[in-house]
Amino acid sequence: MIWAAILVGCAGCFAFKWAGLSVPASVLANRTAQRIAALLPIALLAALIATQTFGAGQHLVLDARVAGVAVAAVAAWRRWPFLVIVVLAAGTAAVLRLLVPGS
Amino acid sequence: MDSSPEVWRLERRGILRDSVGVGIATGAYAISFGALSLTAGLSVLQAMVLSLFMFTGGSQFGLIGVLAGGGSPWAGAATAVMLGSRNALYGLRLAPILDLRGWRRMLAAQLVIDESSAMSMGRSGDRGARAGFYGTGLAVFVLWNLGTLIGAVGAAALSDPRVLGMDAAAPAAFLALLAPRIRSRESWALALAAALVALLATPFVPPGIPILIAAAVGVAFGLRRPPAAGSGSRPARVAR
Repeated sequence: MIWAAILVGCAGCFAFKWAGLSVPASVLANRTAQRIAALLPIALLAALIATQTFGAGQHLVLDARVAGVAVAAVAAWRRWPFLVIVVLAAGTAAVLRLLVPGS
Repeated sequence: MDSSPEVWRLERRGILRDSVGVGIATGAYAISFGALSLTAGLSVLQAMVLSLFMFTGGSQFGLIGVLAGGGSPWAGAATAVMLGSRNALYGLRLAPILDLRGWRRMLAAQLVIDESSAMSMGRSGDRGARAGFYGTGLAVFVLWNLGTLIGAVGAAALSDPRVLGMDAAAPAAFLALLAPRIRSRESWALALAAALVALLATPFVPPGIPILIAAAVGVAFGLRRPPAAGSGSRPARVAR
């Protein structure tokens, strides 16, 4: 059963990817659709940042990730390169966990 | 409106360098996906099938998150497909830039993910947008699958991604993708609203669903406010 679910999940995800490239161009002429397509990544990325910074399953927690993401926010604001932002966040969290076990 | 060959050569080099950077970051993240897949009860082969054929990180993490939390495989698959629905919207914006038919479109469709779409947006011309899409899509595909394999095979050693701070690297990567899109008061308001709604929903719904609720907030934003002339919230690509 797990194999069937995996394959159906893969097929469903591919169908959405392909459908986006395949719907008629007239959909793009709709300004509301364009606005939504531009705004949606902002909503999704902001939600992913929030849940992956504070979420642990269905609980909200404060741990070393918060410090890592805060450092990343400063780096992103200063327009530092992508890799620097990511490495700074991981390094901050890892060092904080060495200093404060369990954080 | 495309730039001169000399300017384009420099621009392309920058785009490809960024693509590899994004690929390395997501590849490192894939190591934790591979490891977590095994701890959620999947085999190495199942983890690899997900990275090769599902190939959309949020959906893959959603699926193994449901499995690890004791959910059924079908609930996991449903979560994964719902999370993957956003790729259709990316495809909508990429279609006129890529302009593909038949099997080429099928192959390119597999590369339509957060990272490749984000790296194609905000380019000055279609040429740059295509370089960003293919460069990032291919770099992420190769390194995401390599990372999954390393993580799955070495699951015992790396089963806790917290040790290397990988769990902080993931939101930081999303932050780096979001920052350039926050250009107007409206985008700030939407980002804060989406983040708040996702956090408020977290205790009440299964993992992954808060992201979908936040997506609904984004859709509501788009429907509610009439597009004001010169509001600055629409990327240059759509404004043409």
